[in-house]
Amino acid sequence: MTTTQAEENNKRVPLMKTIRENRVAQGLLLISPANIYLFLLMVLPLLLVVVLSFLSRGTYGDVVFKFNPSNYTRLLDPIYGRILFYSLEVGIETTVLCILIGYPLAYYIARAPARQRSLLLFLILVPFWTNFIIRIYAWIMILRAGGFLDDVLQWAHITQGSLNLLYTPTAVMIGMIYEFLPFMILPLYSSLEKIEFSLLEAAADLGAPPWKVFLRVTLPLSVPGIIAGTILVFIPALGMFVIPDLMGGAKTILIGNVIRNQFLTARDWPFGAAASMILMVLTMVFTLYYTRKAGFGEDLLV
Amino acid sequence: MSEKKPPIWLRIYTIIAYLYIYIPILILIIFSFNTMKLNIRWEGFTLSWYSVLFRDQDIIQATQNTLIIAIISTLVATLVGTLAALAMQRYRFPGYAASETLMYIPIVIPEVVMGISLLVFFVMIHFTLGLVTITLAHIAFNIPFVTLVVRARLHGYDNAIDEAAMDLGANEMKTFWRVTLPTILPGVLSGAMLALTLSLDDYVITYFTAGPGSTTLPLRVFSMVRFMVTPEVNALSTLWVLTVFVVLLIGQIVQSRNS
Amino acid sequence: MTSDYAIELRDVVKKFITPEGNELAAVDHVTMQIKNGEFFSMLGSSGCGKTTSLRLIAGFEWPTEGEVYIGGKPIGHTPPYQRTVNTVFQSYALFQHLTVYQNVAFGLEMEGVSKDEISKRVGRVLEMVQLKGMDRRRPKQLSGGQQQRVALARALVKTPLVLLLDEPLGALDLKLRKEMQLELKSLQQQLGITFIYVTHDQEEALTMSDRIAVMSHGKVLQMGPAVEIYERPTSRFVADFIGETNFLEGKVKSVTGEKAVVTIHAWEQELTGIATAKVQAGDDVAVSIRPEKIQLIEEPVTKQNSLEGIVVRSTYIGSDTHVYLDVRGQTIKVWDQNRISTVDPNAFYRKGEKVWLSLIPENTVILPKD
Repeated sequence: MTTTQAEENNKRVPLMKTIRENRVAQGLLLISPANIYLFLLMVLPLLLVVVLSFLSRGTYGDVVFKFNPSNYTRLLDPIYGRILFYSLEVGIETTVLCILIGYPLAYYIARAPARQRSLLLFLILVPFWTNFIIRIYAWIMILRAGGFLDDVLQWAHITQGSLNLLYTPTAVMIGMIYEFLPFMILPLYSSLEKIEFSLLEAAADLGAPPWKVFLRVTLPLSVPGIIAGTILVFIPALGMFVIPDLMGGAKTILIGNVIRNQFLTARDWPFGAAASMILMVLTMVFTLYYTRKAGFGEDLLV
Repeated sequence: MSEKKPPIWLRIYTIIAYLYIYIPILILIIFSFNTMKLNIRWEGFTLSWYSVLFRDQDIIQATQNTLIIAIISTLVATLVGTLAALAMQRYRFPGYAASETLMYIPIVIPEVVMGISLLVFFVMIHFTLGLVTITLAHIAFNIPFVTLVVRARLHGYDNAIDEAAMDLGANEMKTFWRVTLPTILPGVLSGAMLALTLSLDDYVITYFTAGPGSTTLPLRVFSMVRFMVTPEVNALSTLWVLTVFVVLLIGQIVQSRNS
Repeated sequence: MTSDYAIELRDVVKKFITPEGNELAAVDHVTMQIKNGEFFSMLGSSGCGKTTSLRLIAGFEWPTEGEVYIGGKPIGHTPPYQRTVNTVFQSYALFQHLTVYQNVAFGLEMEGVSKDEISKRVGRVLEMVQLKGMDRRRPKQLSGGQQQRVALARALVKTPLVLLLDEPLGALDLKLRKEMQLELKSLQQQLGITFIYVTHDQEEALTMSDRIAVMSHGKVLQMGPAVEIYERPTSRFVADFIGETNFLEGKVKSVTGEKAVVTIHAWEQELTGIATAKVQAGDDVAVSIRPEKIQLIEEPVTKQNSLEGIVVRSTYIGSDTHVYLDVRGQTIKVWDQNRISTVDPNAFYRKGEKVWLSLIPENTVILPKD
């Protein structure tokens, strides 16, 4: 076989040629920055935490390299068991309530005429993009003793003393829902909006009453949205510590608070690491089980 | 689109829901003009808290830090994330599945866990906590989000246009710059926007990776809310909400102009 | 080293690995020579290798074996942007972020042509494809037919040696497609550029091409002018794929030069026909007779080349009547031209009627059985 001028040219830069001709090499080149970065700053730190969870705490709060499985056995203590269950409870409640509260809203927006829809979406996005601490603060202002709610109720002579709503589990719940509602509404809206109305009309045409159309057609088709929303709400809710911290006081402690305390106040890093591992396991179990059944819902991003 | 009007109960529900969402914010805004320091009862109208805000050095520093961190982390994450998205949508290589899993970890991991793991990491390699560590952390959680968004946009990409460009005389580099990139640009910008917002807003991860001297706006807001509840917080919050409002509005206008 | 041939493929093989892990030869030992200035079509159904062959010429794929020659020189692994061939893609592949003008100018920009020169050439080619004045529009704003023309203009403006067209008219409606077929043909004759056209539509190939290569499963079954492909198919597949035909199974009794005598199994009768492939006495063959070539007559002139049949069904098409006959157990279809205009229903063949079919050797093609 004769060598052409073209082949001569290609011989000059062997590495470039390999990359140009070899698609596998190109792919690897493109993905490596992300892979390297995430490995160093994601995988490695997590591995360190795993290792850490088996070590001991020194007298001054430093870390001693002594194998210590007691971090995990400590977690078996009923105190922590209760905290764990409470965290799960809060996570599930938040998710379910967000679905129940958010679904009708998402439905309305998806069905609204185009102009109204843009406006409604815009109005959802403004609080969504506003920093969540600010939004929590708004509720603190309202719920605390002598705060806005108390003021209004007392002024209307409905109550006399303070309701003392702040620093209760109820307050935490209100805060959690307020924070996570937009995260549920947007994916729900996205998947509801994709439902072709000709399907609903066809169902009605075949004789189904509105509630049946909803149950048998709309609801099943909106499941990807429910799933995406659940992932976006449940996982962060599990690890949440800011809202219980600000709105729940000493009475409401979630696993996130435990972790935070171990790392910043109590300075028992190994124990905190162990608690983090438990949280990680919970999250991974949920994610694996859930996404195996239903996928990630990334198509909703388009 | 069905022409039928939604049932009455749904309409009422929607109105109530929106009120539920907005009334707290409105209260917040109103009270930013309150003369009373303790912020409990409405006394009179004043702008003084805003001037306090503008003179607060901590806030100014925090805002600067927040912006710098957000911009740098967005730029890096957008670059790395876009390349990764291209890799994952168009190529097959060994370790593809592992890369995909790696990419999704930051999205499904609770922020607390990611925060403490980074704290442990930085301490263990004796890297002083400060603005740099915050930025590195932000890049880490931004990359997957950018990748996700850009990948979603790449789904419908017609590879033939890249071939057409090469057919017409553009080599690989030129094809990328003149054809591929402009075509995926809307997706890349979406991803960048998302990254920017996540960075500006982030509290938990920043909390764990910040050093004693470095503070960002969300961190500052938190301590203000926790410890010194004066209407200055309200003023800051009001401005924040307003900024979001204006930016989103501009975004909407630009979008409707393009379509 | 110059050549008569614009493009040449010499024993080219292209293998792919399927998702299941098997090796598939999309192009299986293909050899073809495409002459300068001709309108050459590759015809076949999906998966036959025609598009892959085109991509091998364009440079988007490299042969596993064999060599591609452009302008007489082996092209090896030269990338597409260094080849003097241009492609019109099936999906048009227009650059959505650019205007029509910018799309068409793209290739010239890559060449480094001056702005004035670009302006002149783009203007000229847009006029040639009847898109004058559309410079500023964006692809989104154009109809399918208009987009297709932009794709054409974009490739033509570079005055390539060869223009490759990958089923460019597939997405257009019938009327537009027929118009474009004529336009493309006239454009090619006007410009004198070699066109290599890929299609699965045989009528399209027959209408436009100087020569056709019929492909199936990665191989070229037959290559030649339309007339040759249609009237003298060399394989059963080609006879079946192009147009309509009747097949009869038989065995060769004797061969004299071009002609052969075949005993038809079902009728135990002999027919004389033209053997387009090498056959010998004793070979099993398929006899192909096209429906428009059979004459229906009242009474036979000689019993020798005539057969008697009973009408099973007859459908009036307008210009023809499609008559389905039972000839001693075999269903034979005949397209009978409606030469005399009449509205008398009795003038058309009715079910159960007895007619005679007349065949001549030129119309009977003898093919290997495969």
